Amino acid sequence: MVEGSPSLGWRNYSQRYNLAGNECKTCGKHFFPAVALCPTCRRKGKLVETKMPMEGRLLSYSKVFVGPVGFEMDAPYHLGLVKLQNNVKILAEIVDTPENKIKIGSKVRKVFRKIHSEGETGTISYGYKFRVV
Amino acid sequence: MNAGIVAYGSYVPKLRITPEEIGRVWGKDGKKVGQSLGVKEKAVAAFDEDTATISVEAARNAINDFGIDAKKIGAVYVGSESHPYAVKPTSSIVAEAIETGNDYTAADLEFACKAGTAGMQACAGMVNSNMIEYGLAIGSDTAQGKPNDALEFTAGSGGTAFIIGKKPKEIIAKINHTCSFTSDTPDFWRRQHAEFPEHGGRFTGEPAYFRHVHSAAKMCMDKMKRKPKDYKYAVFHQPNGKFPLKVGKMLGFTDKQLEQGLMTPLIGNTYSGSTPIGLASILDVAKPGDKILAVSYGSGAGSDAFDLTVTKNITKKRAKVSVRKLIENKEYVDYAIYAKNRKKLKTL
Amino acid sequence: MRNVVIVGAGLTKFGEQWKKSFREMITEAAVSAILDSKLEGKDIEAIYTGTMATGKFIGQEHIGALISDRLGLNPIPSTRLEAACASGSVALKQGYLSIKSGEHDIVAVGGVEKMTEVGVHHASSALGGAGDQETELFHGATFPALYALLARAHMKKFGTTEKHLAQVAVKNHENGVDNPFAQFRNRITIEHVLNSSNVSSPLKLLDCSPLTDGAAGLILMEKQKALDLGLDAVEIVSMAQASDSLALTGRKSLTELNATKQAGKLAYKKAGITAKDIDIAEVHDCFTIAEILAIEDLDFVKKGSGGNATMSGFTAKNGSLPINTSGGLKAKGHPVGATGVAQAVEISQQLLGKADKRQVKGLEYGLTHNVGGSGATCVVGIYRRA
Repeated sequence: MVEGSPSLGWRNYSQRYNLAGNECKTCGKHFFPAVALCPTCRRKGKLVETKMPMEGRLLSYSKVFVGPVGFEMDAPYHLGLVKLQNNVKILAEIVDTPENKIKIGSKVRKVFRKIHSEGETGTISYGYKFRVV
Repeated sequence: MNAGIVAYGSYVPKLRITPEEIGRVWGKDGKKVGQSLGVKEKAVAAFDEDTATISVEAARNAINDFGIDAKKIGAVYVGSESHPYAVKPTSSIVAEAIETGNDYTAADLEFACKAGTAGMQACAGMVNSNMIEYGLAIGSDTAQGKPNDALEFTAGSGGTAFIIGKKPKEIIAKINHTCSFTSDTPDFWRRQHAEFPEHGGRFTGEPAYFRHVHSAAKMCMDKMKRKPKDYKYAVFHQPNGKFPLKVGKMLGFTDKQLEQGLMTPLIGNTYSGSTPIGLASILDVAKPGDKILAVSYGSGAGSDAFDLTVTKNITKKRAKVSVRKLIENKEYVDYAIYAKNRKKLKTL
Repeated sequence: MRNVVIVGAGLTKFGEQWKKSFREMITEAAVSAILDSKLEGKDIEAIYTGTMATGKFIGQEHIGALISDRLGLNPIPSTRLEAACASGSVALKQGYLSIKSGEHDIVAVGGVEKMTEVGVHHASSALGGAGDQETELFHGATFPALYALLARAHMKKFGTTEKHLAQVAVKNHENGVDNPFAQFRNRITIEHVLNSSNVSSPLKLLDCSPLTDGAAGLILMEKQKALDLGLDAVEIVSMAQASDSLALTGRKSLTELNATKQAGKLAYKKAGITAKDIDIAEVHDCFTIAEILAIEDLDFVKKGSGGNATMSGFTAKNGSLPINTSGGLKAKGHPVGATGVAQAVEISQQLLGKADKRQVKGLEYGLTHNVGGSGATCVVGIYRRA
């Protein structure tokens, strides 16, 4: 984490709150987070903002017992690699789900949660997590 | 008054703790405490939930379930006594998340447990005066209760968002009248840097809750020239499961009229969310023509009363998941997990 | 055509070096490599050092200048290179290219990391920088978690088991016993691994390489000059590097590291050999699953059979293809920036017959495989006695 930067989170609100990414109109590929250059079409690419779907399926998952700075007290928590309905992959915490429902192939849906807060006095970052539905 | 509720949405966190479990830790007969308070269990926000996340989920449910264009929302008010920041609004976080654009006014409200209904009044006023097309008023809280205080058995988490508008074809519940009864009564408070609220014990009853709720309800009914029997449903602020039934009886309402909106026994007192969630639960089942009396109460102290008539639009549009269905998705936790999630462990 | 050989190699002891600083360790490894080469400090024309996260681990940047200064080698150019856990190998590659190009005849290559100066959560965050800050670390991903996601996918697709993973650690600890520079020199069993504490399921503590302090050094020289001087030399036959998406979410497959496949393919091609010609290899086993992925992606075994191959002893010291005779990252330790250089130290010692109790006989080609992050960078080197 880059601590103490209010602009970092602010810049990414639409990405974190509403899965805003982009789409290359030339090849039709979707990107999350948004890219500044279509890796396939390159100079012929035409990028426009688009929202990712709210649902997907788990490709893989892990229960994290030792978290990085800022997540020490969240542990244990589940991380999931999710394939959204448009085939874009996204990594996020899986919450509100009994452990036996977290499986490869489980259907998940986006929720709005607190991701991280900078101690007692810094800013709070909100964003996407998923739960199995 | 032309304004009415055009959409509503609720969110209640998944975790639950019972009075028995809380009592176990403090050497009390929790079951008895629960019975005397009329609370079976309470909802507990997870470590990564707060008033902002609850408000966003509730607002999104309202927008999605009722097909509201968020860009047309001109005012956003979040009422809570657990705003995540002391300075920096929850309301702008919610607006950003639901993508209202930037053409809106917003503020966070605090008036103990009635800040949510205060937001509804503000929105109704702005809609009536044509300042805005839609107003979003949310009451939500991750209610705090000091460990081993009576409040700990009831203080729950949750919230409801109402979108107020005035297009007749959109209104599901018309606001016929709203009024308030307010005084300076120090029955319950929390100072700026205090973690938990303090309260005046039995002083919170007769001179505080009962006086204000009763007076506001009377004022509203007198103005509308209605009697308790004219209402299909009534919802009074629910600090526990007993007070609203008692004030209802004092006013002449039957338990049956109060049943549908009485949510505290199942999720605890969600403070600013309490009356709004009760009203949402009523809208989940109400039929066209039903009259509803809703009266909130905020310590300090004041009550906002609303006289509402359900319209025929409700047969076409309702919350996709009712409050009572929503709260079926639950998971019980013990006191240790509860303490961890609510950051009651000092090292967290 | 100019060719490049290794003429000197040195290591510090790997482990928790409470008494040694970053600067002492890199100096010790460099001096040891220079002494091993029979050359002198003044013969060195340039320094390339790989280190990953000095800013976070010791609060120091400008590492190139620090090192030339400590070695008393000012004013020669001294450059630090960073590619997460592959920092050592990209430094080695840079040194190799500087001789290939004709710019230099003799250079020093170093790798170093001082990881125990900070607490474990801070170390975890520092290492997390090897992944994608915005989409992985921000969401609570750790390095064990990223490899755990790969492990789970491999287990699901190929039936790889936690026991298969554990056997990688058991084998590498067995090898570490004979390495005096290794952090861990104790034998462990599959049960030890399976019963060790959970880190990020399915990975447990003994599936993970440790936090390690350590440094490694190499002296590279233009081949003909080294032969003229009659030095013991190992030729770097080829070095290849490949890149992939920084985040796991950008990968085509979760059951392979494409950067390994691409770098491996190119390294074999440049060397004019195939995987079958490799007699010994040091691969990047930062987690047990990583070694299974490596031996598959380098074509040593068929895709999906890495677990069974490890179980069968194929990769053991006395197996058909000894992997990580040094103990690997798991037992020798993983001071991230030092790892790539230390792998080349082990292979050069093996090819020169100087590996003591670890010595494997009848070697022609050796290979090093060093991965940065969860597979975004990979460097593969192929070596043969000059």
